[in-house]
Amino acid sequence: MSKDHHAVSLLDPAILLPAARDAFVKLDPRQLVRNPVIFVTEAVAVVVTVLFLRDLFTGSAEAGFSGQIAAWLWFTVLFATFAEAVAEGRGRAQADSLKRTKSELVARRLTASGETETVAAPNLVVGDIVLVAAGELIPGDGEVIEGVASVNESAITGESAPVIRESGGDRSAVTGGTQVLSDEIKVKITVAPGSSFVDRMIALIEGAQRQKTPNEIALSILLSGLTLIFLFVCVAIWGLAGYSGTVLTVTVLAALLVTLIPTTIGGLLSAIGIAGMDRLVRFNVIATSGRAVEAAGDVDTLLLDKTGTITFGNRMASDFLAAPGVAQKELAEAALIASLSDETPEGRSVVALATGEFGVVQPEARFDAIITFTAETRLSGVDIAGRKLRKGAVDAVLRFAGVAEGDAPDEFRQAVEMVARSGGTPLAVADGTRLLGVIHLKDVVKPGIKDRFAALRAMGIRTVMVTGDNPVTAAAIASEAGVDDFLAQATPEDKLAYIRREQQGGRLIAMCGDGTNDAPALAQADVGVAMQTGTQAAREAANMVDLDSSPTKLIEIVEIGKQLLMTRGSLTTFSIANDVAKYFAIIPALFVATYPALAALNIMNLASPQSAILSAVIFNALIIVALIPLALRGVAYRPAGAAALLRRNLLVYGLGGLILPFAGIKAIDLAVSALHLV
Amino acid sequence: MTMIGWLQIALFFLVVLVTIKPLGLYMARVFAGERTALSPVLGRLEADLYRISGISPGKEQGWLAYTLSMLAFSIAGFVALYAILRLQAYLPLNPQGFAGMAPDLAFNTAVSFVTNTNWQNYGGETTLSHFSQMAGLTVQNFLSAATGMALAIALTRALARSRISTLGNFWVDMTRATLYVLLPMAVVVALAFVAMGLPQTLDASVTATTLEGVNQTISLGPVASQEAIKQLGTNGGGFFNVNAAHPFENPTAFANYLNIFAMLSISAALVYTFGELVGNRRQGWAIISAMAVLLIAGVAVIYWAEAAGNPILTALGVDPALGNMEGKEVRFGQAMTALYAAVTTGLSDGGVNGMHGSFTGLGGLVPMFLMQLGEVLPGGVGSGLYGMLVFALLSVFVSGLMVGRTPEFLGKKIEGREMKYAMLAVLVLPLAILGFTAVSALFPFAVASIGTSGPHGLSEILYAYTSAAANNGSAFGGLTGNTVWYNTTLGIAMLLGRFAYVVPVMAIAGSLSAKVKAPPSSGTFPTDGPLFVGLLIGIILILGGLQFFPALALGPIVEHFAMLAGQTF
Repeated sequence: MSKDHHAVSLLDPAILLPAARDAFVKLDPRQLVRNPVIFVTEAVAVVVTVLFLRDLFTGSAEAGFSGQIAAWLWFTVLFATFAEAVAEGRGRAQADSLKRTKSELVARRLTASGETETVAAPNLVVGDIVLVAAGELIPGDGEVIEGVASVNESAITGESAPVIRESGGDRSAVTGGTQVLSDEIKVKITVAPGSSFVDRMIALIEGAQRQKTPNEIALSILLSGLTLIFLFVCVAIWGLAGYSGTVLTVTVLAALLVTLIPTTIGGLLSAIGIAGMDRLVRFNVIATSGRAVEAAGDVDTLLLDKTGTITFGNRMASDFLAAPGVAQKELAEAALIASLSDETPEGRSVVALATGEFGVVQPEARFDAIITFTAETRLSGVDIAGRKLRKGAVDAVLRFAGVAEGDAPDEFRQAVEMVARSGGTPLAVADGTRLLGVIHLKDVVKPGIKDRFAALRAMGIRTVMVTGDNPVTAAAIASEAGVDDFLAQATPEDKLAYIRREQQGGRLIAMCGDGTNDAPALAQADVGVAMQTGTQAAREAANMVDLDSSPTKLIEIVEIGKQLLMTRGSLTTFSIANDVAKYFAIIPALFVATYPALAALNIMNLASPQSAILSAVIFNALIIVALIPLALRGVAYRPAGAAALLRRNLLVYGLGGLILPFAGIKAIDLAVSALHLV
Repeated sequence: MTMIGWLQIALFFLVVLVTIKPLGLYMARVFAGERTALSPVLGRLEADLYRISGISPGKEQGWLAYTLSMLAFSIAGFVALYAILRLQAYLPLNPQGFAGMAPDLAFNTAVSFVTNTNWQNYGGETTLSHFSQMAGLTVQNFLSAATGMALAIALTRALARSRISTLGNFWVDMTRATLYVLLPMAVVVALAFVAMGLPQTLDASVTATTLEGVNQTISLGPVASQEAIKQLGTNGGGFFNVNAAHPFENPTAFANYLNIFAMLSISAALVYTFGELVGNRRQGWAIISAMAVLLIAGVAVIYWAEAAGNPILTALGVDPALGNMEGKEVRFGQAMTALYAAVTTGLSDGGVNGMHGSFTGLGGLVPMFLMQLGEVLPGGVGSGLYGMLVFALLSVFVSGLMVGRTPEFLGKKIEGREMKYAMLAVLVLPLAILGFTAVSALFPFAVASIGTSGPHGLSEILYAYTSAAANNGSAFGGLTGNTVWYNTTLGIAMLLGRFAYVVPVMAIAGSLSAKVKAPPSSGTFPTDGPLFVGLLIGIILILGGLQFFPALALGPIVEHFAMLAGQTF
């Protein structure tokens, strides 16, 4: 995950200060009830506070203890709300920049009679047609129905180069808040203001409207169930203690309850979810539902377009195959000169290969004539010092050289055939009537992509290459890139059918696409990523939009989804494992007065019962703060098989969660007794 | 502790291990509806039973219909048994002329046998006619066990199938469990018991002349047949009041071995059946391993604690060499009593061959704790398997996220709905055990039933509700349970432990069955390896056991440390 466009420091005061204020606002029980664990903690904190006030006014010696417990219970709640507020703040900082461009937009709407009227952008409805001229901002998401314009989309993508938007075809979609730089276009509004994908993204990040994702709901149920169980336990202890002749105060029972219920994960759960969304946004991907981000973690099969993802977009020269009697260096030199005036990527790749790998020195040359490529001639080249150097399609060059196809030397013909069979494109090179040889143009697989796929395979994810190439070419590239499967000569229907077939077998599929004909497949896929440069139909069908329009993003999206789920699981395991130590701190403290023999359970050797209880409560509160950075950043992620990931995370968060609180509570206990807090 | 003792224990588990696969495979065939070796003998009978009852065996039921059939069948069983117990004075085979049972005791007893608990607030030989024992209790010993097996198989099918909303047919599963598994095994074991000297007669008693020359009346009855299904069906309700400590239920060391083997065999093999039916035998072995680790640890702790004896008694001059022999039969000794105690509570059998209440603090803690874990080691026939699968789902959910995917178990995604029902099921034990124990510990009339004051008294109450809610049925001893309060509340605890648990479990089965079964990949949480075994053990201990730690601290744990400190109550 190398590209992090908008890294915000974890300690940015511009976020922490408002978050501290929001943490208090979020104490409102009506808002907190969405989080049962922390809601129970708040209710308990209120009760203990009342008891503290009673102790204070009755002058009870307990006041110092109950006051401190009450304070730490409130801290527990505040740390949890603070975690959510920080996550929101970081997300909002992102959203605000998008929002700013959207507010106060004005539209020139075409009325039925053909007049234009000025309306505020939020009042537009789907189907409205607006005019946008050079210098104006596009008022809402829509489709160009007339005209062509260059548009600056940097407000959304951060990419400063303007893009062309025109009616018809795959480049007709425009985004609200972007600026038309030239010409005038007619735009049909296709998305109601307030539900454009930017709005939906903002809704995913802001806590109040945030919908819980399916996995988050399931986890909340588990946490609520555990809370209920421990509520029983604490009430029952009160009864059992009564039998044993111990009178337990509500304060200590409250302390026991709050330390046992999973406050750590309960307090951090929403922050983890928001931070996951936020991480996606930082990668310039906007998800329209939280469900999609979770589904990304579950993906079994990635459908990747060959061009741009697996190979560079253009074919590149990879070898020079000399004709009989021609030195390879001579061929390289001729190809180089013939390509000097060829500014196409293919031409530049010939120059690069000749000067690089073959060490040809680029001549200072003055051309007599430059022959550019046309669809009829299908060759290009230069005339220089009486030489007529040409390169181009094999038949065109043969015709230029005046060689009948059957008369070409065997080696030449074999070279042409070999290149074609391996999925490449042969370009012939001639100097006048003399055939020099063949340039092997091929799809060059991006460096490192094979390792990437291997890593995905280790994670249990299959990669499928989708290409319009014929099966022979496709197979060659597929084996070079190391994908698990390929779809050759793929039509959009083929893609859709493939997705359906995989889903039938219980697999989750992710794909990306940009064309209108990709829309059905994007909608069918569990994770469909549309390019920002794609059509409106594609963007609507997808559940994520990639603002960078980079097809490799899919891999990062999967990783972000996995990291989100891993963070949740790790902190849940940690939180539950913590309980063991808390029991050993609190249970002997509660009953040692009645049964001195239970002192044997005080394996941490805590100073006094009150100190033990207070230390457990303090640890329970502080661990939330300590884990906020982890919740926001996500647990360390590296691609590996499930067994390896599980072993590692179980060791760190399971075993760590078991052991750490023993040390932590002991340390706090030492501090508590050193400071004479109880 | 002696080497012989350890060898006896090791040999026992070895024998169980050897039988797991053949018995498991046999049961897999039975529940897959395939022909078995017994089909030529029983096939006609089976078909006739379906025809008479109007059941079309090919017609499968959804989870709700399956569950409702099970509930209807259990209610009918309860009503029939309640009627028999109340009316036994008017029914045949009552040579001693026992009167009908009191309403509250009959309620408790009927619930107890229908829920496969076999908590006994009555003394069999002094309360029940042969008819009540045979047509009442023994019948329910078969049927409640068969019901448990059917439920476990339904959940197994849910995990084996993909996108099928039915779970099989309750009536067929129950019939096949009875006919092909329980009945033939019971016949064999009963004959073996007869050969070992267990009585099998309709006579009421014999009168013997003792050495002192006085006449002694020795109760008899159809003991061997009831003993066989009592163990095979993990019921545990003995013919005699003192259960398997009685020489007619458990005369020799070898009979003791057969007793323990009979109770463990089906439950352990059923896990293998599960692995076979879901198409992943390694999964079966993984779960068996988790069960075995905890169960063997339980045996070891009891054996160690009991063999170490009681330092207070040693100080009084009792020979410490034999360990704590209070409440134990000399013919079994420490090792075989420890084995029996752990297996009977790790399973939901509940038969006893020694008095658990007489164990040391630690020795008494283990049986209680094994029950509180939810009777999954390997638990009652069927009920242990589905309880363990709930723990497996919880383990997968809690930690499965750590591999970065929505948790899956055997290709089925574990989502909100499954979690909701799993938590409902998990809530039942703490609610029933801690709730009733706390209330009883506070009410003087309930406290009046305890036999000993101090922490041991609390242990007695805690043990009783633990045993009832976990559907175990073993008693700690000391507590006078035959009161209206305990008959009623223990009955409710048994009902909750069985039905409030299994209905949500069946809802999980319904939900899982309809889901698509995703093929495993290297990205899926591996649930059949040692890592998962360790995780499962951790989750069972933390989620299943930790909630009872405070209650145990006030009972057996205090007793243990107080004993070490030389303190008595």
